[in-house]
Amino acid sequence: MATTIHGTADAVPPAETAEVELYHPHSWITRYVFSQDAKVIAIQYSLTAIAIGFVALFLSWLMRLQLAFPGTLAFIDADSYYQYITMHGMIMVVYLLTALFLGGFGNYLIPLMVGARDMAFPYANMLSYWIYLLAVLVLVASFFMPGGPTGAGWTLYPPQAILANTPGQDWGIVLMLVSLALFIIGFTMGGLNYVVTVLQGRTRGMTLMRMPLTVWGIFTATVMALLAFPALFVGAVMMLFDRLLGTSFFMPAIVQMGEQLSYGGGSPILFQHLFWFFGHPEVYIVALPAFGIVSDLIATHARKNIFGYRMMVWAIVIIGALSFVVWAHHMYVSGMNPYFGFFFATTTLIIAVPTAIKVYNWVLTLWQGDIHFTPPMLFAIGFIVTFLNGGLTGMFLGNVVVDVPLSDTMFVVAHFHMVMGVAPIMVIFGAIYHWYPKITGRMFNDLLAKLHFWITFLGAYLIFFPMHYLGLLGVPRRYFEMGETAFVPASTVTLNEFITITALVVGAAQFLFLFNMFWSLRYGRPAGGNPWRATTLEWQTPETPPAHGNWGRELPVVYRWAYDYSVPGAAEDFIPQNQPPSPAEVRGTMT
Amino acid sequence: MSAALAFILVVGVVAAWWLARHGIMAKPWLEPGLPALPAPGPAGPVEAAASLRRAKAGLVVFLGVAGSLFALFVSAYLMRMGAADWWPLPLPRILWINTGLLMAGSLGLHGAQVATRHGSTAAMRQGLLLGGAAALAFLLGQILAWRELLAAGHGLAGNPAASFFYVLSGVHGLHVAGGLVALGHTTAWAWRDPGSARTRVLVELCATYWHFLLLVWLVLFGLLAGWANDFAEICRQVLS
Repeated sequence: MATTIHGTADAVPPAETAEVELYHPHSWITRYVFSQDAKVIAIQYSLTAIAIGFVALFLSWLMRLQLAFPGTLAFIDADSYYQYITMHGMIMVVYLLTALFLGGFGNYLIPLMVGARDMAFPYANMLSYWIYLLAVLVLVASFFMPGGPTGAGWTLYPPQAILANTPGQDWGIVLMLVSLALFIIGFTMGGLNYVVTVLQGRTRGMTLMRMPLTVWGIFTATVMALLAFPALFVGAVMMLFDRLLGTSFFMPAIVQMGEQLSYGGGSPILFQHLFWFFGHPEVYIVALPAFGIVSDLIATHARKNIFGYRMMVWAIVIIGALSFVVWAHHMYVSGMNPYFGFFFATTTLIIAVPTAIKVYNWVLTLWQGDIHFTPPMLFAIGFIVTFLNGGLTGMFLGNVVVDVPLSDTMFVVAHFHMVMGVAPIMVIFGAIYHWYPKITGRMFNDLLAKLHFWITFLGAYLIFFPMHYLGLLGVPRRYFEMGETAFVPASTVTLNEFITITALVVGAAQFLFLFNMFWSLRYGRPAGGNPWRATTLEWQTPETPPAHGNWGRELPVVYRWAYDYSVPGAAEDFIPQNQPPSPAEVRGTMT
Repeated sequence: MSAALAFILVVGVVAAWWLARHGIMAKPWLEPGLPALPAPGPAGPVEAAASLRRAKAGLVVFLGVAGSLFALFVSAYLMRMGAADWWPLPLPRILWINTGLLMAGSLGLHGAQVATRHGSTAAMRQGLLLGGAAALAFLLGQILAWRELLAAGHGLAGNPAASFFYVLSGVHGLHVAGGLVALGHTTAWAWRDPGSARTRVLVELCATYWHFLLLVWLVLFGLLAGWANDFAEICRQVLS
């Protein structure tokens, strides 16, 4: 901000941000089904993502049952086990986390937090959801096709992904690739909205550096996704050509069951490069919104301004940029020039610097704060420790010499579930509890929410902490059953049983969350407009839940940053962003 | 992946420049109050209408996405080129005519854009029609080129260079076809309300998109024709 007008309430110029020509729904269908209102689209995105997420949760139960008690469930054979792995991974990473953070929270929070009436292109925004739903349906359809869904692993590496004897070779892989391509097209339509709304839709006074960190996180993640998803699109299209039309982009000359296939010369490594050029930024596409949201949860529920706001913004941007030059650390075991390995190990370790800055800043925000242990705060603290744990094992795996022996063990499974499974899910739960009163107008049941937190948090540690140990003992991942093995001690079987039982309990605890959400919709006590006494704009709407157009007759005007908590001398311990500066503040800035 | 990395680098530089100009160094906690209103620019009040600014920003972001897509296709092409079974594809001569058509379309839309600035409705309409006709002819020409290649025995499956030719020209063609839809919309506005700010911005956006399509095609054509082989060799050695 170069120049600032210092004025009090009586000197306020009118909001001069041009009004959006809103689309006004005329019927129930255009209001709640084919809605162009970002808030409705956000809820549609979230419910779809959570529904498909429960499918993936169920698949993880089946996998865990097979690992701990092999042979108990007769319908699980090696093929179906690989199908569960594949679908669990792909659904959780793409169709749940990406869709929920960007399509769900992005749609709901961006217009409200920057003071806009709606997204920049509401029609494209609506299409985005419906194409996403189509992608989900295509994916689900593969369960019902002959041969079932693909069992190629969530990375879909060729050549095995499209060879016979890989489950789902007929239909599964084709539907998976088509579904991914659809998802990317739908996401691009939504992503254009999120970016342009942040660029052009901010209300008067909402400078970039006054935006809440949630918006910064979602904005940066969307930019990254718009640049990275095309890599998956290219890979998916070219693999579809290989599978359906006999080209050899990725397929080398290969003999299948004694028969020479017509493929030749293609490069499986090329697919790996394309996949991970998308796949690594994807980790941060999920993590950056989580970083942003958690910053706001901590500041609000510790009644303190976020420590090092500028540094937090810079760290988000720097992490976003660096995440494009680390992708090959997923390919150490694929073989590469040692200098490349050195390069990618170095960039991987460098990315820990801005990430560590963020962790320090969260801890320093909590330091001497007036911490309210509300469910959002509990989940936020749960996120910090989980993310720290997962991040530290990432420092191990980022080194080539450590990664090579650990790469095919449960250690990797434990690492990425901690860092990009449990940690973002913690933020999702925290965020849902935090914004639930605004979305529905009612409070959730506090006791149930805390119970949900403790079971989920402790349970996640009981599941994934021992898994690191299994990995160090050499228990391989991706194995359908261990059979008679001499290289790992028999006690690993007991540990596996323990993990499975805990996983069943933690999974079941998620129904507490679902029950709480639906029960409180009806029976929760009315929340009022700003139950957390928060500063950001979405809590200052004239109606709760916010009406169509968000702001009533006039757009809000923003006078301050998003973190004026416990300001010395202020009447309350929070000052909303749209509250004009007091005479004392004006004097303060003049001197 | 060098082409994709180079593209990301360009995007990164632009983003850094943009952030530096938008107060990334500000200290918001010290500065309550309203930021000064932006000075009224030379564009005038109508031009600044929010929906038009959003449309412009939307196109710029979309070009970033499409640029990333093509940069990644080019990366894949460069990596696949290094394999032993690669031999260059004899390109049909009609591609030269097609390239000329695409240039003509780009020029036509540029002319239309200039005409809107001078308020000359007839010239704008002619430019739009020329752009649309040239793009249609380009698509037709590409299909003829495909037929010629097929007739010469270069199917989709055999030679990987041919596979890439079909995929790259196909994806580019789809982008041209999408552009034609937008151009049709613009042309309708040019007849309904030629003097409006909306028409002017729409024409400008179409012209920008056409220049982008031309640039992408020139890069692809250069690659497919093999002029960039030496350059590609260097890229492969840097990072394959």
